[in-house]
Amino acid sequence: MSGIWHRIFDFTDYGELLSLVHNSIIAGAVLGVVCGLISTFVMMRDLPFAVHGISELSFAGASAALLGGVSVVLGSIVGSLVAAFAIGALGQRARDRNSIIGVLMPFGLGLGVLFLSLYQGRAANKFGLLTGQIVAVDTVQMHWLIGISLIVVAALVIMWRPLSFASTDSEAAAARGVPVRLLSPIFMLVLGLTVAMSVQVVGALLVLSIICTPAAAAMRVTASPVLVPVLSVVFATVSTVGGIMLALGGSVPISPYITTLSFTIYVVCRTIGLARHQRGGVRRPT
Amino acid sequence: MTAIVSAEPVLELQDASLEYGGRVLWSGVNLDVRPGEFLAVLGANGSGKTSLLQAILGLRSLTGGRVLVGGAPARRGSRLIGYVPQQRRLDPLTPLRARDLVGQGIDGHRWGIGGPSRIRRQQLERALASVGASAYADRPIGMLSGGEQQRIRIAQALATDPRLLLCDEPLLSLDLQHQQVVTELVDQRRRSNDTAVVFVTHEINPILPYVDRVLYLAGSRFRIGSVGEVMTAQTLSSLYGVPVDVIRVGARIIVAGVPDSQVHELDHGRHPGSP
Repeated sequence: MSGIWHRIFDFTDYGELLSLVHNSIIAGAVLGVVCGLISTFVMMRDLPFAVHGISELSFAGASAALLGGVSVVLGSIVGSLVAAFAIGALGQRARDRNSIIGVLMPFGLGLGVLFLSLYQGRAANKFGLLTGQIVAVDTVQMHWLIGISLIVVAALVIMWRPLSFASTDSEAAAARGVPVRLLSPIFMLVLGLTVAMSVQVVGALLVLSIICTPAAAAMRVTASPVLVPVLSVVFATVSTVGGIMLALGGSVPISPYITTLSFTIYVVCRTIGLARHQRGGVRRPT
Repeated sequence: MTAIVSAEPVLELQDASLEYGGRVLWSGVNLDVRPGEFLAVLGANGSGKTSLLQAILGLRSLTGGRVLVGGAPARRGSRLIGYVPQQRRLDPLTPLRARDLVGQGIDGHRWGIGGPSRIRRQQLERALASVGASAYADRPIGMLSGGEQQRIRIAQALATDPRLLLCDEPLLSLDLQHQQVVTELVDQRRRSNDTAVVFVTHEINPILPYVDRVLYLAGSRFRIGSVGEVMTAQTLSSLYGVPVDVIRVGARIIVAGVPDSQVHELDHGRHPGSP
């Protein structure tokens, strides 16, 4: 029993380890900010399932790249964008979208499994794509990560108001001149890039814990359009950076730490939100 | 606010016609709507009521003729128009307060994040007050009742003081009391600010006390006139091409005998664009 515990938490030589993974910690922080921001729109546009679908195709792309000996990051980006494009183009309506995702997802996962089983390299590389890896972030990947993050954040900041209008009420937004039909595919592409990045750190299976859970938690405690993204960024960053730092003291993959942190935050927010809901959604003067 | 006093029509349709999927929805419509006028648009499902609003909003082009808003051809995102969409409950977890929804009517179409400004705040407060929603301005929009949400949507549409207010079935699924509240708000606005109103509805009774003219669309035909002229057995029978009874009970108008098959058949012609 204590052996298992020791494998999950072991903080001997912690300082030394920390200096080895500072790249990963920076990556985690960058990811937290980007995912926290986009998470708000993923929730508003009801896209958690799409995120899951994109991440499986991203996994297929990454494992194809691993097999072919080319950049894994590039492979996962290509996979993500193909999925985002397909979902965006074929699934304008929610019902169509869900069925398309349901069709794409197992196909992507199947392809990924095929490529991985053909791959002869290190086993850790295989497993990492699904469940995340911690020391894998090298300098080249960092450049990709930061470059893509800048693109995603810039796109979100530019689109913020019209996208939020279109996500609340697309008819009213269109009537006001918001290019609703243009924003939708652009957002899917931006989401695809974000998912591809996240797959590198938390793995394809658990991407939702940093792209869906943070805003879902934030929305339980506030309805302020400023506080929701801010809290969401904080929650996502605490989960990724905290997860990486906890994972250092153990020999299991990084993702259980991230998902547990993120889930705990959600449960706490939901509990607080329950009390808020009972008061009718307003903070009464004391 | 001072009312814009002008006899120039806010909205003009000139020989306007619209086809959808090879079927004529309406054609040869000539119509002027003047400031402060309340026009009701009635008709069967799929008779092109919503399409008419889309044409006025510049979101759909006509097959023939012209739409002019404030004397200029209709274009997307016109500042002269306020739009109240169909009543639909917003998701309870929507991360917006009532005031934020109204704010979208002011600058939701602009790029970027946007910051606070005094003018914006004043505009917001004024719009909230004009629909009597100041008390719940800070409540999450998803937690408000359907009637309260619809008030907020009206505030959103009126926030920039438009000259023309388009309402697309704003009373749908509201109870009688809230139907009354919403129509009174719209009526109040056109009286105080001379805002012209185009009100699409399938049910005329809630708005009967306020309507100046009716545009009735049915079976590729249309009729424009006062309630007394249009809502008669003779007019509706000729529009639908079958005998239709119009019965007045007290202050209510009951239309009986509108062919179901036609309503049903036209339903298939509804544009698939809306989610």
